[in-house]
Amino acid sequence: MVEKVTTLMDQPERIRNIGIVAHIDHGKTTLSDNLLAGAGMISEEIAGKACWMDSDEEEQARGITIDSSNVSMVHTYGDKEYLINMIDTPGHVDFGGDVTRAMRAVDGAVVLVDAVEGTMPQTETVLRQALKEGVKPVLFINKVDRLINELKVDEMEMQIRLGKVIDKVNKLIKGMNEDAFKAGWKLDAADGTVAFGSALYNWAVSIPFMKKSGVSFKDVYEKCKVEDMKWLGKNSPLCDVVLDMVVRNLPDPLDAQKRRVPIIWQHGDPNTAEGKSMLACDPNGAACLMVTDISFDQHAGEVATGRLFSGTLRRGTECYVMGTAKKVNRLTQVGIFMGAERIEVESLPAGNIAAVTGLKDAIVGSTVSSLMDMTPFESLKHYSEPVMTVAVEAKNMKDLPKLVTVLRQVAKEDPTVQVTINEETGEHLISGMGELHLEIITGRIARDKKVEIVTSPPIVVYRETITGTAGPVEGKSPNRHNRFYIELEPLSDEVVQKLKDGDISMDLPAIERRDALVEAGFDKDEAKSLKAIEGTNMFLDMTKGIQYLNETMELVLDGWREALAGGPLADEQVQNVKIRLVDVKLHEDAIHRGPAQVIPAVRAAVKAGLLMANDTLLEPMQNLQITVPQEHMGSATGMIQGRRGQVYDMQSEGDTITVIGKAPVAELFGFAGDVRSATEGRAMWSTEFAGFATVPGGMLKETVETIRKRKGLKEQIPEPSDYLA
Amino acid sequence: MLYFIGLGLFDEKDISIKGLERIRESDEIFLESYTSCLTGTNIQNMELLYGKKVTILGRHDVENTPEKILEAAGTGDAVFLTGGDPMVSTTHSDLRIRAKQMGIETTIIHSASIQSAVCGLSGLQNYRFGKSCSIPYPEKGWFPTTPLNTILKNLDDNLHTIVFLDIKPDRFMTVREGIEIIEQMADKENRSPPELYVGIARAGSDIPKVIAGDGGKLKSADFGGPLHILIVPAELHMMEQEYLETFAEL
Ligand SMILES: Nc1nc2c(ncn2[C@@H]2O[C@H](COP(=O)(O)OP(=O)(O)O)[C@@H](O)[C@H]2O)c(=O)[nH]1
Ligand SMILES: [Mg+2]
Repeated sequence: MVEKVTTLMDQPERIRNIGIVAHIDHGKTTLSDNLLAGAGMISEEIAGKACWMDSDEEEQARGITIDSSNVSMVHTYGDKEYLINMIDTPGHVDFGGDVTRAMRAVDGAVVLVDAVEGTMPQTETVLRQALKEGVKPVLFINKVDRLINELKVDEMEMQIRLGKVIDKVNKLIKGMNEDAFKAGWKLDAADGTVAFGSALYNWAVSIPFMKKSGVSFKDVYEKCKVEDMKWLGKNSPLCDVVLDMVVRNLPDPLDAQKRRVPIIWQHGDPNTAEGKSMLACDPNGAACLMVTDISFDQHAGEVATGRLFSGTLRRGTECYVMGTAKKVNRLTQVGIFMGAERIEVESLPAGNIAAVTGLKDAIVGSTVSSLMDMTPFESLKHYSEPVMTVAVEAKNMKDLPKLVTVLRQVAKEDPTVQVTINEETGEHLISGMGELHLEIITGRIARDKKVEIVTSPPIVVYRETITGTAGPVEGKSPNRHNRFYIELEPLSDEVVQKLKDGDISMDLPAIERRDALVEAGFDKDEAKSLKAIEGTNMFLDMTKGIQYLNETMELVLDGWREALAGGPLADEQVQNVKIRLVDVKLHEDAIHRGPAQVIPAVRAAVKAGLLMANDTLLEPMQNLQITVPQEHMGSATGMIQGRRGQVYDMQSEGDTITVIGKAPVAELFGFAGDVRSATEGRAMWSTEFAGFATVPGGMLKETVETIRKRKGLKEQIPEPSDYLA
Repeated sequence: MLYFIGLGLFDEKDISIKGLERIRESDEIFLESYTSCLTGTNIQNMELLYGKKVTILGRHDVENTPEKILEAAGTGDAVFLTGGDPMVSTTHSDLRIRAKQMGIETTIIHSASIQSAVCGLSGLQNYRFGKSCSIPYPEKGWFPTTPLNTILKNLDDNLHTIVFLDIKPDRFMTVREGIEIIEQMADKENRSPPELYVGIARAGSDIPKVIAGDGGKLKSADFGGPLHILIVPAELHMMEQEYLETFAEL
């Protein structure tokens, strides 16, 4: 098997890099396992029972997939063999960040939808992420056996239901990317871009395969009815149907990179040598790798996984990580994944998913190249933000230093996690996408990393922002010989969105950045003066020709960042604020304008300025979708409205109704249990991050006071003068 | 009343008689401990000589919470002690302004400053000095090259430069470290570093050390204990040359 894989990886037209994306529980892990088994990578008996892809014990215990594991398998189509590199992505929206980075590595996606549930909010989210990355979709409608055996639909009804799912997915694709939809990405059962089946019982059908196998919808219906799944599995095997669909309809790297490189490398110049080489997937060009995952292996240490768009990697290849100090990172191992195993290879050419060790400076999202300098790939965008935090402490004194190391690893492995280390108190903070996400991470620290920890109950993450303008505000250094004058104003929604999407970014070449700012409504002078971006905040240096400011600027920015890390109201992160530095007075002698002087001066000016510009508190919101039998509609809407939520849509289908709304995360503790008891366990529901919203005026004071108390801050909310003394 | 009193260069005996008498008659004595320090003595010896308790102040006490000093000066006579001359190479002008704004009268009692002491020790004429500068220990995100530019500008104008070396609570910069940092600055700015330096250690003590020479020579010279200071001389006048040859191993 290893030899087959290594021969095929040199032939890009024989490679398919794919991901499987779906709403949680629609059957991704089951499908992946059975594909692997069908391709002879694990035994058929195990598949469907044990979860090979869920190599994490935690995942197996909970039955959900946490990490994107990578596997390679070989499939024969026609008379040719193909190498399928597959990434299993997590299906819980709590881990939305992982799906984004998996999509960067692949060229095609199998969108999996449960025939009974139909498309769900996370189906939409993951599909959108795939299309944004230029990843081509095909559709697999799973759990068709349930339609027949549980819902007892007849053959006709079955076909109608399946047709509806296809229409819905097509509508989504069209809405998200009409051009691609028209250019042939429309899904069509007749074309073979849709397959139907049962991942659990190991069979599937597609119209092209029916022609080959003679197995018809009628057979499906009848065999399901008498529960003869074995017959279906034998005559129309899942693996052949799905992988045929993949090979036939999803692009190989040669085809995909031509189209995807301009999307994921928007700021690069296609006429450069590396540009041409990536467009052509040239193994002889410079190595260009995008790191999409980092994991820790007990023996090998840090393993970076990513898509190699150009060049060839070998042990000893000298690489540079863009955006770092340009130190040589020498690859110590080069390999590919099979199941939970990583297999070393002599060399790995462009078009594959590589797993390498030795990239000391890389983090998830890094652009790595054998060139000292190359334009980085588009930064990975996260559609979700951390909304909840837990405090963790080591149970035993002796684990104090180890816990810090482990937390740094956790942050490196999962870019959707934010870790704040406090070595002084030993109480560290982990922020994540939700209760479940945090439970899994803390569980893993205790189990895999063998550090016993004490965890606080989760608390909601708030943000601060301004609603007015202020300035010039004067910040004085402690020795009062240095003065900084700033002006503050809120950034418009449009600019904030562009910052989030990376359309305005410090990674852009200066001229492009300036143009992007002008287009977003900045005047020319401001557009030239952008010095730094932190989250969705901007710092502009509007001063001209001030002596010594240059060598002081890093300290100014440090002070600004410190203030943004914890606003004056509740010491929560500040967002969406534009700050203009309009004047500066500095001491003649360098020693009297060092960090101890400049940082507190700027920090004080920013904090006072935020208060003067009407600093206020924002809370995270979540979209909710609850599907219940008609008679429980009242309890479902009550669940949302009783939690300061809003219901904005209700869709009934048959005897069920789906209630759609939005509520603050702060009110969602214990939601799962409450929904279950209110609906006698008959609800299906899901949540999704929906951005931050202003805390209602009537609750502001109380919320701020509660946070201040919890954090041990002075009860009194500070006044600007407290910072400007 | 607030008295700014200079302590001079090296030990407790460098203070003026006028300053000493003022201390003995005052209610509260504060010692600023961060811009300079008297390496030839300690707080016990000072208190013994003054017959008074001395309160030591860190940077934070003076810059962030000067109320304690101002209160004492408002209700009685307070003394604010500083190494060298109280207003040279420090940032204490701010304290004097704040006192005045609160209606507190102030007086300065001067003392010898390193600024003038270096003239005697090196023979470099005080008329010929340009702007002075300090070399701070570099920190994360902060490596100012102003000191080098000050030195080079003075050299262009044929002026000497006094280069103060950083003092931290737990360490003091040596002549050798100072020259190394200047050379790093030159490297960063792509300029050539100065060719001649005068290093001085323990000015004001019975065993000062003064050595003139190029960077290599001074970096390997043994200057002994603190404090150190550096001078970058301009083109030497005949008399200056002879003085350095006689007293500074040139
Ligand atoms: N009846 C039936 N159940 C299935 C099918 N595929 C998956 N399941 C079940 O659905 C549940 C969720 O599957 P899993 O693969 O873990 O979903 P994931 O969250 O998308 O990875 C498991 O209990 C599976 O046994 C199917 O085709 N038919
Ligand atoms: Mg799973």
